[in-house]
Amino acid sequence: MEFADKFQKDFYLNFIKDDRWRYIVNGLGVTLKVTLFAVLIGIVLGFVVAIIRSTHDKAGSMSKFLRGTLNVLNFLCNVYLTVIRGTPVLVQLLIIYFVIFASVRIDKSFVAIIAFGINSGAYVAEIVRGGIMSIDQGQFEAGRSLGFSFTKTMMLIILPQTFKNVLPALGNEFIVLLKETSVAGYIALEDLTKGGDIIRSRTYSALFPLLAVAIIYLAIVILLSQLLKLLERRLRSSEK
Amino acid sequence: MKNNAKIAFDPEKDPLISVKDLKKKFKGLHALNGVSLDIYKGDVVFVVGPSGSGKSTFLRCLNRLEEPSGGEVYFEGVEITGKDVNINLHRQKMGMVFQQFNLFPHMTVLQNMIIAPMQLQKISRADATEMAMQLLDRVGLKDRADAYPNQLSGGQKQRIAIVRALCMKPDVMLFDEPTSALDPEMVGEVLQVMRGLAEEKMTMVVVTHEMAFAKEVASKVVFMADGVILESGTPDEFFNHPKTERLQSFLEKVL
Repeated sequence: MEFADKFQKDFYLNFIKDDRWRYIVNGLGVTLKVTLFAVLIGIVLGFVVAIIRSTHDKAGSMSKFLRGTLNVLNFLCNVYLTVIRGTPVLVQLLIIYFVIFASVRIDKSFVAIIAFGINSGAYVAEIVRGGIMSIDQGQFEAGRSLGFSFTKTMMLIILPQTFKNVLPALGNEFIVLLKETSVAGYIALEDLTKGGDIIRSRTYSALFPLLAVAIIYLAIVILLSQLLKLLERRLRSSEK
Repeated sequence: MKNNAKIAFDPEKDPLISVKDLKKKFKGLHALNGVSLDIYKGDVVFVVGPSGSGKSTFLRCLNRLEEPSGGEVYFEGVEITGKDVNINLHRQKMGMVFQQFNLFPHMTVLQNMIIAPMQLQKISRADATEMAMQLLDRVGLKDRADAYPNQLSGGQKQRIAIVRALCMKPDVMLFDEPTSALDPEMVGEVLQVMRGLAEEKMTMVVVTHEMAFAKEVASKVVFMADGVILESGTPDEFFNHPKTERLQSFLEKVL
């Protein structure tokens, strides 16, 4: 009875009193918002970089101007990948918030979206590039021999197959990203983790708020994994 | 993109494909060492030779899947190795069949066949489907229209690959060892389709090891070795009266 009593008391203290559950719910909203938009930026950026890099490696003859442009773009992509993958995401977040946006008042979740999006893009780019490179060269040649341009061959033949192949790795990247956003508290963004932490600092009781935060992350990840599994199965229907 | 100055081209008199002194270097290796050949409308040219002789490279240079290092290829009077040529337009008129079939695994048989005509020639889905179904019927695979490539046998895949190329109504068909990746019992069904094409006077260039088939179907046989054409002639001249020693010893080994 004593335990149940203490449980009830702690629960009340951490979640009900002063409407503290709002920290968790609002934080969850921020975490989901940041993750969702960062994923979108990551996908767009990642695919663009991957296409530039594999076009640079793969494409045959082209005019001097195109080749030159491609070389410059490829170089920029390489710099981007090296810098982003070579430094911690937290340092990138801090630099973007305290250095780049130092003199402007700006929505913190916007900063987080930018930082995590740019970061995720680098990893997505290498996943997608690996996917493009793993498609048999014959697929490319078949497309070109029918008369498709390089771009059309990419859009109609290579990328649909790539997407299917990289989906598990992409899903993994997004799960990592969701959890990585928990460092956003460093710029005082009140995300899910920060929300739990605020409760802890008010109630001096760590177990309940942190456990709640952990369970919520876990639930989202499990849900996300299931959705990905479903999508994967649908895309694989052609390979019975 | 501007098309090259088209010299007057008469499909009945002038060669459909004219290859002049074609050269291809791969990192120090001379895969093609000056190949010249004229291919006329209705010709069925078989290219044979030992492996590494450059015959596949030669074929792949015809639609510039390989970029030649020197020489010229004219197709229907246009120098397609020229600078400002939109090769994609010319490739629509040159069907190609690969050793490894290269069907698109994420599309059904029907989608494989209609995607290029719909996208490139702006043919309606209904018209493209009708044409595709007729071609499928011809190769006896009408009932597999909605199958995915992975559900087909090798022979079926290659027959689909052939009709996929035919959907673009090409003026010439290029075959790059079309039966080399097939189990022996499936070779016949693919050769049967090719025989049908030859009988319809489709212009064909075939790289193959099927000597008996070459003897039967070819209008001209070309022997390549070390990146050059050593000998060429009608099947009778070629197989029964080979002139060069290289060809004689080659035929001894393969026949």
